[in-house]
Parts: sequence; C-alpha cells; structure tokens
Amino acid sequence: MLAGLGAGVLALVVAYFLGEPSVDSAIGFEEAHAHAHEHEVELVSRSLQSTAGLATGVLIYGVAFGGIAALAFCFALGRVGRFSPRATALLLSGTALLAVYVVPFLKYPANPPSVGDADTIGRRTTLYFLMMVLGVLLAVAAVIAGKRLAPRLGTWYATVVAVLGFIAVIGLAYAFLPVVNEVPADFPATLLWRFRLSALAIQATLWAGFGLVFGELAERLLHPKPARVSAGSAVAAP
Amino acid sequence: MAQHVAQPTATTPVVTGKLPLKDIAPWAVFFGILMLVLLYFVGAEQGATSVVSGEDVHEWVHDARHLLGFPCH
Repeated sequence: MLAGLGAGVLALVVAYFLGEPSVDSAIGFEEAHAHAHEHEVELVSRSLQSTAGLATGVLIYGVAFGGIAALAFCFALGRVGRFSPRATALLLSGTALLAVYVVPFLKYPANPPSVGDADTIGRRTTLYFLMMVLGVLLAVAAVIAGKRLAPRLGTWYATVVAVLGFIAVIGLAYAFLPVVNEVPADFPATLLWRFRLSALAIQATLWAGFGLVFGELAERLLHPKPARVSAGSAVAAP
Repeated sequence: MAQHVAQPTATTPVVTGKLPLKDIAPWAVFFGILMLVLLYFVGAEQGATSVVSGEDVHEWVHDARHLLGFPCH
C-alpha cells in the first residue's frame, strides 16, 4: 500500500531527528579512533555522510520496512484477532520491532565505526540477516501457533504459550549460532553502550512512529466505509 | 473500535475486516521484492557482496548502516 510507504517516510523523518545526536557521537568516536584500517581517500565527506547519506539510508530503510509492514498489515488485519485497524497496526509494528530488530540485536548488536574486522564482514552479514529472517519466521510461527492453540487453551494462555515458545526457540538459536565479538580492547565501553542504545532508540522510534501513523491512516481509510479493499490502490501518499 | 469487524453483516458480501488474499498477492509480490532490493542496498551492498563496483554506495549510506545495526566493515 502506498499509504504504508508514505507512513514509513514520515516515521523515518521522526527517527532521523531523534537519531541525530547519536549520529554525532558516532562520528565523534570514529574520528577519535582514526587508527581504523580503512579508506585513505574519502569518497564521501563526513559531513555529507552524516546528513544526506544518513537520511538516504534511514529513509530507504523506513520506506522498505514500511512497505513490507503495510503488506503484512493487509494480511494480518482481521486474521490475527479482533483488533481495530489502529490496534492491528501498532501490534504489528511492535512485533516487527521485536522480530526484525531486537532479536538480531541481542545476539549481534549494532557496532559503531571502528569496531569490526573488515575481513569477516561477509560472515557477519550472513549471520545478521539469518537472525533477522529467523526472528520474522519465528514470530509468524508463534502467531500461527497461538491462533491454533486458542480454541483449546483460551486466548490468554495460547498467547502465553506462543510467546514462551518463541523465546525458547530464539534462545536455542542464540546458544548455537557463533559469537561475534570484534570490539577492540581499548574501545571505551560507555561509548559503545551509548551507540547501541541510540541505535535501539532509532529503531523503537521508527517502528512506533510507523505503527501510529500507519494505524491512523488505515483507520481513516477503513473506518468510514469498512473493507473498501480497492481503495488501497487509490490512496495517495501523504 | 472493533464492533464493525465483529458484526455479522447478514447478506452483504462486504468482508468483515479481512482483506481477500488474492487482492493482496500481486501487491505483496511486487512490493515485497522491491522492498527487499532496497534493504539490500542500504544494508549489504558493497560490504559483504557487491553489484555496483566501487565504494560509493557503501560510503554514502555508511552512517545509516552503522546506526541501523547492519554489520559494516
């Protein structure tokens, strides 16, 4: 849904402004730790990287996940449970934050510049995306399992069981997937902590913003005339 | 609230909240793929793998990549 893309953009603009201070701190330590191995020639200047480049990346990320979440929303609406479009959207984006970001983050957290060995980028990327896919698949599986169990256990206990199952399987994955720790010994712990915290905050803002904005749009679209499906294609992005 | 979803609207074929799958499918395929390609460019292009040569894409989205949690050099 185009509305989803628009909402993604809006949510991302919000995330961008909240992310700004942490971006600055990230830049700060990259310069402080200029011993890092890389690129002698700057292809893109720092000031451009930290503004336009960042915006491009974050916005595209928001649009992409906004689009995917919008599709997921179309599917989830009325199928997950008896929730209004608004509640469905918020629930969906909360779950998405968990599955797409928090799950991989807890095992392979975001790293600031100058942390990480260039030679292992391939392996780290594979592991990260694997974790992302795993989080999404398991979240979907948990929802389906919850729906299946609901008639027998009641909605409450079915949900509890599904969530516990989700946590258990994720825990197993954490236990068996290889550990990556490439933080240099002299890297300041507080800086690492701040960076990771702000990375988490950006994602939380992004998804919360998306959930609220998209939910609002969907509610307005669906509420006056319930289930005018074809309207989805006619919505102009705000 | 949820009433309009729950109401058993007698005869009308109007769907009660669920969007029919076959309406979603073409959108899902098209946008799904498009979105994944976008994500790939933000998250992994010119890091682990490379379609466009050089480092421009990587450098351009560098900060976002770090802050969004993607592995980066």
